[in-house]
Amino acid sequence: MDFRFDLISEYSSFFLKGTMLTIGLSIASILFGTILGLLIGLGKMMKNKFLAQPFAWYIVFFRGTPFLVQILLIHFAVVPLFLGRTNAIVAAILALSFCSAAYIAEIFRAGIQSIDRGQMEAARSLGMNHLQAMRYVILPQAFKRMIPPLGNEFIVLIKDSSLAALIAAPELMYWGRAMQGQYFRVWEPYLTAAVIYLLLTISLSFFLSKLERRLATG
Amino acid sequence: MIKVRNLKKSFGHHEVLKNINVTVQPQEVVVVIGPSGSGKSTFLRCINLLETITAGHIYIEGIDLADKKTDINKVRTEVGMVFQQFNLFPHKTVIENIMLSPMKVRKVSAEQAREKGLALLKKVGLEDKADAYPDSLSGGQKQRVAIARALAMEPKIMLFDEPTSALDPEMVGEVLEVMKQLAKEGMTMVVVTHEMGFAREVGDRVIFMDGGFIVEENVPSELFENPKEERTISFLSKVL
Repeated sequence: MDFRFDLISEYSSFFLKGTMLTIGLSIASILFGTILGLLIGLGKMMKNKFLAQPFAWYIVFFRGTPFLVQILLIHFAVVPLFLGRTNAIVAAILALSFCSAAYIAEIFRAGIQSIDRGQMEAARSLGMNHLQAMRYVILPQAFKRMIPPLGNEFIVLIKDSSLAALIAAPELMYWGRAMQGQYFRVWEPYLTAAVIYLLLTISLSFFLSKLERRLATG
Repeated sequence: MIKVRNLKKSFGHHEVLKNINVTVQPQEVVVVIGPSGSGKSTFLRCINLLETITAGHIYIEGIDLADKKTDINKVRTEVGMVFQQFNLFPHKTVIENIMLSPMKVRKVSAEQAREKGLALLKKVGLEDKADAYPDSLSGGQKQRVAIARALAMEPKIMLFDEPTSALDPEMVGEVLEVMKQLAKEGMTMVVVTHEMGFAREVGDRVIFMDGGFIVEENVPSELFENPKEERTISFLSKVL
């Protein structure tokens, strides 16, 4: 087997473009997914079971259906419904955000519920309202505990973004497949993609473990 | 100052408090004793609505806690609470623990809150621990910080929920000393405790609870020397 590095370098500008889009999709989806996840997690924790129910259903749906089905549905059905025509990048960000939000919501809920009840009671007994107690006392402590599971979720998200290739969003995997089509080679494009994904996920882990250590001194 | 009328509290079908009536005068120190499960902690927690009231009324300076329109957050700023498990905020330093609520609720400036906090730490003998984190403190020190934190809101009433029950024996004294000081300064206090020495020495009145009722209440000397009720006699014989 000959491994053609020259083909990879010939294709490197496309890989670079694809990598940038993969990073962009991931960052945007991590941001939206986290905000949405926090809201859904808080929603599911509401005391009023009637109001909390829709948030629970959301989580059941997005955790219980394959991501491939979700991204195809959003790309071919949901986005055209709102924008008139579809847009692969918008669809990819929406699908990744919606899906990760379901998992992130559960991470938030678990993190918040892991904080001792006495913390909320102490904050409330000092006159803080529920929102203040959450913001200044509960969430800072919960967030520290949520970093490892959030890190896992973000890594899954980066890897899942490769499925955006199937709706022709020109990210990393899209160019990998394009290269295979152009040169009829498999090792070069897919190994290159694998190495780049690995670099992205390792960098993210590294960043998160640093963040965790910084928060731990407190 | 505190008026409790026909207070009832149930958890599901289990009635923990059955018709409690208590009045606490300003500057009075009322000590609540009784066997575990007698409802004394629940009673205390009702006074700042950490437990919802099933029936009856609690008036704090005339404000009815059972009234749905009452702003409970406002009432709580007047009623400090000290917990058995301290419940300090572990992600904040000692001084930040004390400054947080005055700054966020009372909107006091950081400088003022710090100044006040340091003065309170001095009062409880911990001014050198201002920048330490709670994890590095002993139990007795944690509880003294918790008292300082509650005092920072300048409450008119202080509630103590078994403040020394989670402490090693040698640390009980330092916490009781701070509480004695507070009583001397005229703070209105309701104290749930197993420290009979404290009840006798500092209490203006002792309430003995059992089975969700107030069985007997009297000045400490009378209640401890001449208990009238069978259940009080039997309880005191076990703890004294």
